[in-house]
Amino acid sequence: MEQEIKKSKQARGQVVIDAERCKGCGFCVEFCPTEVLEFSNEFNTKGYHPPYAAKPEACSGCDLCGIYCPDFAIFGIRIKAVA
Amino acid sequence: MNETNPVEQYLRMDRMPHIWCSGCGLGTTVNCFVRALEGCQIPLDQICVVSGIGCTGRVAGYLKLDSFHTTHGRPIPFATGLKLANPKLKVVVYSGDGDLIAIGGNHFIHAARRNIDITVVCVNNFTYGMTGGQVTPTTPIDATATTTPYGNFEEPFSLPYLAESAGAVYVARWTTYHIRHITKSIKEALQKKGFSFVEIISPCPTLYGRRNRLGDGLEMMKFYKENSTIKNGADTREVGLGFKGQIVCGKFIDRERPSFLEMYNLKMSERLGSSYKTYEGIQ
Amino acid sequence: MRADPKGVLTGPHFLDGDHACCEGALAAGCRFVAGYPITPSTEVVERIAARFPYVGGIFIQMEDEIASSIAILGAVWAGAKAMTVTSGPGFSLMMEHIGLAAMLETPAVFVDVQRGGPSTGLPTLPGQADMMQARWGSHGDYEIIAISPNSPQECFDLSIVAFNLAEQYRVPVMFMMDECVGHMTEKVIIPPAEEIEVTERHYTKKKPGEYLPYLTNGDMIPEMVKAGDGYRFHVTGLTHDQRGYPVMNPDCQEKLVRRLVEKIRLNADKIIRIEEDETDDADVVVVSYGITSRVALRAIQTARAQGIKVGHLRLITVWPFPERRVRQLAERIKAFVLPELNYGQMFLELQRAVEGKAKTYLVPHGGGTVHRPEVIYEQIKEAAK
Repeated sequence: MEQEIKKSKQARGQVVIDAERCKGCGFCVEFCPTEVLEFSNEFNTKGYHPPYAAKPEACSGCDLCGIYCPDFAIFGIRIKAVA
Repeated sequence: MNETNPVEQYLRMDRMPHIWCSGCGLGTTVNCFVRALEGCQIPLDQICVVSGIGCTGRVAGYLKLDSFHTTHGRPIPFATGLKLANPKLKVVVYSGDGDLIAIGGNHFIHAARRNIDITVVCVNNFTYGMTGGQVTPTTPIDATATTTPYGNFEEPFSLPYLAESAGAVYVARWTTYHIRHITKSIKEALQKKGFSFVEIISPCPTLYGRRNRLGDGLEMMKFYKENSTIKNGADTREVGLGFKGQIVCGKFIDRERPSFLEMYNLKMSERLGSSYKTYEGIQ
Repeated sequence: MRADPKGVLTGPHFLDGDHACCEGALAAGCRFVAGYPITPSTEVVERIAARFPYVGGIFIQMEDEIASSIAILGAVWAGAKAMTVTSGPGFSLMMEHIGLAAMLETPAVFVDVQRGGPSTGLPTLPGQADMMQARWGSHGDYEIIAISPNSPQECFDLSIVAFNLAEQYRVPVMFMMDECVGHMTEKVIIPPAEEIEVTERHYTKKKPGEYLPYLTNGDMIPEMVKAGDGYRFHVTGLTHDQRGYPVMNPDCQEKLVRRLVEKIRLNADKIIRIEEDETDDADVVVVSYGITSRVALRAIQTARAQGIKVGHLRLITVWPFPERRVRQLAERIKAFVLPELNYGQMFLELQRAVEGKAKTYLVPHGGGTVHRPEVIYEQIKEAAK
């Protein structure tokens, strides 16, 4: 599983991406409310461009990407606040 | 960090990846369904999913619940048998527009009439996808399908209107764009006593979308977003769908009516008196 | 296991076959029936509708036979013993779900009170022309068990056998009555519940996680589960493996379909029930089933009185066909005579089993009434020459 973790004071969430499952439909990229995701230039073995968190600091962990994803290839989690 | 996708505990991961195309909305509906299950807190062991034949029919095979992949058009009567034999089961029929409304149409209207306590999730992609994209009773006029190569000329059913007319106590329609609403409706439908119906308009990019030049799955999703309006409580006579037309979504019907078993028990005790023992399932 | 007394109407009764069939089902533990009215079977479900509320069963008149035939399968998977009832046209509609029952290995009883056919035919008059359909009516390779009662008493007794065999072999069982037996009223003695042997469903004792829906341990019959017990099982009408998951390749097909077919074929000797009379010294043996067997008795009596050495082989289970016994007789006797209310259905099985070692004579009849005994007698006389 491919993961992008960029620790930042503003990120309240992060996405977890399983690039191999992705079939490049683009739902997550389009419907992320804070435009975290872009298509990467990499290919997975199926020949699709999986998403990656281009703006990880904008991720709220709302998991809309996870609900939209028809291939169960991505989900968002809320990061527990660190004091 | 080794997080697992929370949906996986509800899926038969030994059968992944599923067979659905890139941009097909079925996986999206499954996510919504799973979140609805989490939300309504019905014990998972009690839930049965019954599917018919078709792309949507494959849902039963991917969910890690007691599930039944039955014959084309007939998940509803199968579900009826399950439910009446053991009313403690929470029975969900998850199937497509062709399966439920064409070949299954008769069973649909009678189960609604009887108010059998099941939840019917109908994924409507306006086509028979599995067999290559034929016309169904929901295909809009002028849409192209392999069996209407010059355009469909038959008036389609409006499913919310049909469901309401047949007696369904809960009727909602959403598109796969409306994921939070789908989840909420399925949750309400599961918790509702009686015949509950949730229509989910979903893209079939490989067949319906491609043949009708509606773009890929994402284009179709964007179309749903731009061209749908939410009108809860709308008159179901006015929510028909045209080709590339406006989509009226919402929770249209939420009413009370005794279920089949409630009527059965009520009338039997009225008629047979104290010698009748309330039916609560086959012992 | 003894029958549940709640469903057993112990005592002597005067019932027709349809009513006796209902009582047999109740005695066997049937508590779910889905049906649709069709002459001459309707009385079965009418009595069920009246009796079920008192015994904790549930009856639903579905919108058609297609719905009825699959509603019973759902009820079985929820833990019930279930039955549906029909006649020729409805039997045709049920074929897809008989196939589904065979494929999912769902124990259920399908009652066909045969009438004149084809198509709408003679709704109120007898026929026996659905016998091949009972065996081959659905598409694909599968085996079923079919039983043919010849009296209201047998409609009671053999209904119980039908349910028992269904449970034992996890197979749909066809209960092939006919309008004559269904509408004839005779004495039916219903014994006390303790004297009625009922086969219970073989549920697994394995825990969820250890159980596979179609794993067999050499006897070819998998253990069953029911919905709601936490097994999270999946079953499908697609060709499937032991996990119940669809696997669409020839290897899986071979394993599955061979087992579906062999679980009946290799157990045929345990399943077959026949009644033989005076076959030891016979030159001619009359093979018959259902109502025709009672007419045949008269013809045989007449023939014996004339000195013809004729015996009777009555099929109680019609499918699987008792080919081994027929083959044995064929080695020794001169001829078989098979009267049936059709133009040759079980006769084809007879010929197949006899393999030309003896002569075979069909006494056909279009249905609408029963044979006249003289016609069968004439054929016996002819065969004995």
